[in-house]
Amino acid sequence: MSSLSRDDVAHLAMLARIELTDAELDRMLGELSVILDAVALVQQAPTEGVEPMSHPLPLVNVTRPDEVRPGLTSAQALSGAPEADQQRFSVPRILSDD
Amino acid sequence: MSEHTSDDLALDGGTEAVLTWDETIAAYDPVLGLEVHVELGTATKMFCGCPTEFGAEPNSQVCPVCLGLPGSLPVVNEKGVESAIRIGLALNCTIAPWSRFARKNYFYPDMPKNFQTSQYDEPIAFNGWLDVELEDGSAYRVEIERAHMEEDTGKSLHVGGATGRIHGADYSLVDYNRAGIPLIEIVTKPLTGFGDRAPEVAKAYVATLRDLLRALGVSDVKMEQGSLRCDANVSLRPRKKKPEKQAEVPFGTRTETKNVNSLRSVERAVRYEMTRHAAVLAGGGSILQETRHWHEDTGVTTSGREKSDAEDYRYFPEPDLVPIAPTADSIEALRATLPEPPVQRRRRLQGEWGYSDLEMRDVINAGAIEIIEATVAAGATPAGARKWWSGEIARRANLDGRELTDMGITPRAVAELDALVQGGRLNDSMARQVLDGVLAGEGNPGAVADARGLALVSDDGALGAAVDEVIAANPDLVEKIRSGKVQAAGALIGQVMKAMAGQADAARVRELIMERVGS
Repeated sequence: MSSLSRDDVAHLAMLARIELTDAELDRMLGELSVILDAVALVQQAPTEGVEPMSHPLPLVNVTRPDEVRPGLTSAQALSGAPEADQQRFSVPRILSDD
Repeated sequence: MSEHTSDDLALDGGTEAVLTWDETIAAYDPVLGLEVHVELGTATKMFCGCPTEFGAEPNSQVCPVCLGLPGSLPVVNEKGVESAIRIGLALNCTIAPWSRFARKNYFYPDMPKNFQTSQYDEPIAFNGWLDVELEDGSAYRVEIERAHMEEDTGKSLHVGGATGRIHGADYSLVDYNRAGIPLIEIVTKPLTGFGDRAPEVAKAYVATLRDLLRALGVSDVKMEQGSLRCDANVSLRPRKKKPEKQAEVPFGTRTETKNVNSLRSVERAVRYEMTRHAAVLAGGGSILQETRHWHEDTGVTTSGREKSDAEDYRYFPEPDLVPIAPTADSIEALRATLPEPPVQRRRRLQGEWGYSDLEMRDVINAGAIEIIEATVAAGATPAGARKWWSGEIARRANLDGRELTDMGITPRAVAELDALVQGGRLNDSMARQVLDGVLAGEGNPGAVADARGLALVSDDGALGAAVDEVIAANPDLVEKIRSGKVQAAGALIGQVMKAMAGQADAARVRELIMERVGS
């Protein structure tokens, strides 16, 4: 029932920055297909006339005034960072060389 | 990916072939699409109460929300929404009665949440237009597809590597002060029918948009600080001999030139991409749909080399934020706060001030409209205000690379200077010396003139003596004036001025000469 392809799994792995071996790709294809099939059962629910929703509560326009509130100091902000340098978060280089 | 700063650019040394402008235009018809990001001037970020000041210490304006720490929840900035609606209304858009935020998912450390909160298929404003005028007065309508709310990203600094740029960097350092600052992204529809004026229309559009946003008071719109940024999409299609057939030709493949961050660059980047596309197409090649990076110094674009399959943002509605549903009344209340549109305003002011088209163009190019308006309001003559702001002060601002507003002279001071000239106390060259003094921080024009002893002599006693001497020494000139050659008086006036070391009131000198010569 699932139409997930091996290429789809490879694409998702790339987007999620997860390196998968060929064997792992095959295994994930099977496991993800099972999950998709299970979730697909939801599509049998009668939804005619039901508005799609992204939030369980019927609320709109929840806002706050444009007033500064105390935040973190830079020391607090960086305290959980595995690496920091020059008061900035240090991260692995961003793009690999072409 | 998101709005990378210019230090993220990949440097690609090669120079690509281009056709000449005339060859390009003869064979091809351009289609443009412009995306402008404007940082709002709110006191706080879009989804948290962190301040938004430019140039603060790294990571000093952050909190759990904009750092994406677990358990933190965003709340929308009321003023951010109001600004978005006002921008939408000023761009003649429809305001959505119901719209949502969406997550734009990507892996890149400039957003610690691993997504950017944006809007996807339900933007707050859509289907608008903005009329723009080119320097020669020709008018174009730029159709707006949408304006939506989102948040800015952090700033990355790439360390190590041969070039210090993104490729070859050993690691990156990220400052999240900018992450979460409210952004409005304004996207045009595909713009056709501009032909060889396309680069100029692109520039005029961004300039008009900048003026409009400034008039709305929603942003400081400083392109050099990145609070207004433009991405330019360009494609070409073969030109048809009959213009009415042009619309039938399908669009070509487009490229998107990122971070074109000055008005002049908008025009140059569009022009360059058109000539580059033309060379590829004329050579039988095809355009690769890609991101291009603009290089201000060399005036060319280079390939961004981004992999197209990485651009899969998997948008979905943001579950942590409820929809924005402005009532019709609240929209009308915001509409009532809109300023006069820039093009109309310019026409009105030009009429009120009595400027010629050429004078008005100089004023616009000097970015002096607001400041002249304030100067006239402070009592200056429109001609005097123009003369100072788009003349001497603009020249000095240009020289120093500064804004007119940062020159250390106020509209009130210029009005005072103008009054001193109009009232006959100062002539032009004295007024310039007074300006020097004011700019050097010596005080108000009146005080500077006093301190430097600058004043025209209009006292008849002192002037009369000088005039008598000059008349006595030049009987030939006097004879000429008497015989009807009034212009000969100019030479006499000049001699009196010289005798008075330039401090004489020339108008009064003329009167005295005419009285004495008796014509």
